[in-house]
Amino acid sequence: MSGLRVVLAEDAVLLREGLVGLLERFGHEVAAAVGDGPSLIAATREHRPDVVIADVRMPPDFTDEGLRAARELQAALPSLAVLVLSQYVEQTFAEELFDARGASGMGYLLKERIGDVEEFADALTRVAGGGTVVDPEVVRQLLARRRDPLRRLTPREREVLAHMAEGRSNAAIARALVVTEAAVAKHIASILTKLDLPPAPDDHRRVLAVLAYLRG
Amino acid sequence: MFAQASWDSIGRRPVRFLSSPAPWRALSYLGASWVVGAVVVVTVTSVVAVGVATWETSVGPAFTASLGLVALACMAIAAAPFERWRLRLIGAPLAAPERSGGVRARLREPAGRREFGYALVSLLALWWVDLGIASVALVIPGLLISAPLQPTAPLWMAVVLPLVGVVLLPVALFLIAAWAGVRATMTRAVLSPREAELIEVVRSRARLVDAFETERRRIERDLHDGAQQRLVALSMKLGLASLDLPPGSPAARQVREAHEMARAALSDLRELIRGVHPHVLTERGLPAAVRDIAGRSPIPVDVDVELAGRLPTAVEVTAYFVVCEALTNVAKHSGAQRCAVRGRVADGLLALEVRDGGAGGADPEAGTGLTGLVDRLAVLDGRMLLSSPIGGPTLLRVEIPCPASE
Repeated sequence: MSGLRVVLAEDAVLLREGLVGLLERFGHEVAAAVGDGPSLIAATREHRPDVVIADVRMPPDFTDEGLRAARELQAALPSLAVLVLSQYVEQTFAEELFDARGASGMGYLLKERIGDVEEFADALTRVAGGGTVVDPEVVRQLLARRRDPLRRLTPREREVLAHMAEGRSNAAIARALVVTEAAVAKHIASILTKLDLPPAPDDHRRVLAVLAYLRG
Repeated sequence: MFAQASWDSIGRRPVRFLSSPAPWRALSYLGASWVVGAVVVVTVTSVVAVGVATWETSVGPAFTASLGLVALACMAIAAAPFERWRLRLIGAPLAAPERSGGVRARLREPAGRREFGYALVSLLALWWVDLGIASVALVIPGLLISAPLQPTAPLWMAVVLPLVGVVLLPVALFLIAAWAGVRATMTRAVLSPREAELIEVVRSRARLVDAFETERRRIERDLHDGAQQRLVALSMKLGLASLDLPPGSPAARQVREAHEMARAALSDLRELIRGVHPHVLTERGLPAAVRDIAGRSPIPVDVDVELAGRLPTAVEVTAYFVVCEALTNVAKHSGAQRCAVRGRVADGLLALEVRDGGAGGADPEAGTGLTGLVDRLAVLDGRMLLSSPIGGPTLLRVEIPCPASE
């Protein structure tokens, strides 16, 4: 999917300008780029974008304005996709984010992930398409917390699970791990068996199941 | 508190004690009572003499009485500094309190009244005791040793008694050192400032810790809003640049390497920022922050921290660092497979427990970590209890008073 309409909220000017450049480089249209929560809400209501990119911490309080604005917007505009950027890994943010909504069209990425421009653009597209994107670092920590049942997984299976949790398709996982798609399918079947999850054909539901399980 | 120097020296082996300067210091300490005694005797004699000479006049008795009172007051004022000074003779110096105002102001403070009272006791009784004990202890062996000088002493006495005297001499020195120790301990106990008088110091220490914490937060925010944003922007620029370079070209390789470096720097910076000040603590409170650390711990941690609301910031920060340090220790040293963190507030006291089934043998003396925690806790009047027998299990319990939540 290309040519998305994006509203961007980021208070650091340097980064905001950079992000605008990046998004335009990938053929998206930045309808508005703002620096705080209230402006984000106003701009989104005005421009009705396909996707909102919001920094978690913004003026005036520098706590979680971006997150709160995103939730308010999603309540008002259920079809809106939101990609939240955070400066640090915060499990409780992630949990609240994915609890608030069925995790469709929702992403939570560490800010530094923007540097991997292609992956970032890819993540944005997946979120806009109703997918779920969780930062690998968050996934790693969630995995670390619920390690007991996951101990049975082989390192390779854990890698595959991490990619699954990021909302990737079997083909994408196969490419990332440089294995065949059939091997990925086999790993996933094994993971679902080991985690007592009934196999489901839909990639998106699979991610939800994994996340729900990881959240405990 | 004991006058350490004197007591410790008594505890040594006798030969070492006797060959050390300790007995002579004790003797000089007690001997200083001669000065007190001389002053007291001269003063009393003078006052009595004045009294006898003027008794018959009309103002005589009143004059003598006031002269006596003035003399006593002067001696009492001088006695406490003298007592403090002579503690140096025994190697247990005590700093003089900060003077605030004159004698009247001093007498209004409990410390000043204590000092005055002790001075009176010292003038009236203690110098007698000091000199009495020192004299008796020395005179008896002295007399025994001088037995051969007695013309009437039979031969056996002239031989045996000096021997007994020589044996008794070290015993006398022990006695003198022991009394000097007791005396110095007593002086220190009365003349040292009480705990209540130290509150101001503790408060200023708490202010210092607060200032330190504020500074950490400022650094954390500066790193977030400055260095981290710039590095993200740099990383993004490098990522975009690599898109426009022909794949496999030397320039593309260089840019990719630079990109990797920026990524590593970002990751380092993120860890650094978390170490400086945990963001999740500020925003989500202690339970979330503890879950967060537990999630990073290399060994599984069962977290059970339930608090009714937010605690005062200082308590939260200290509790957080306690858990951090404890979990680091468990992971590094205990060899445990699992550990548990439990936290509750009851009766205005936060009790935090970190328990593991590892090898035990944790020693607060061994490292700086646990000592550092004790210091941090002391600022908040908190305390740390540790049970860690060799072979385990280890239980670390921390109690911090938290009067009212913010």
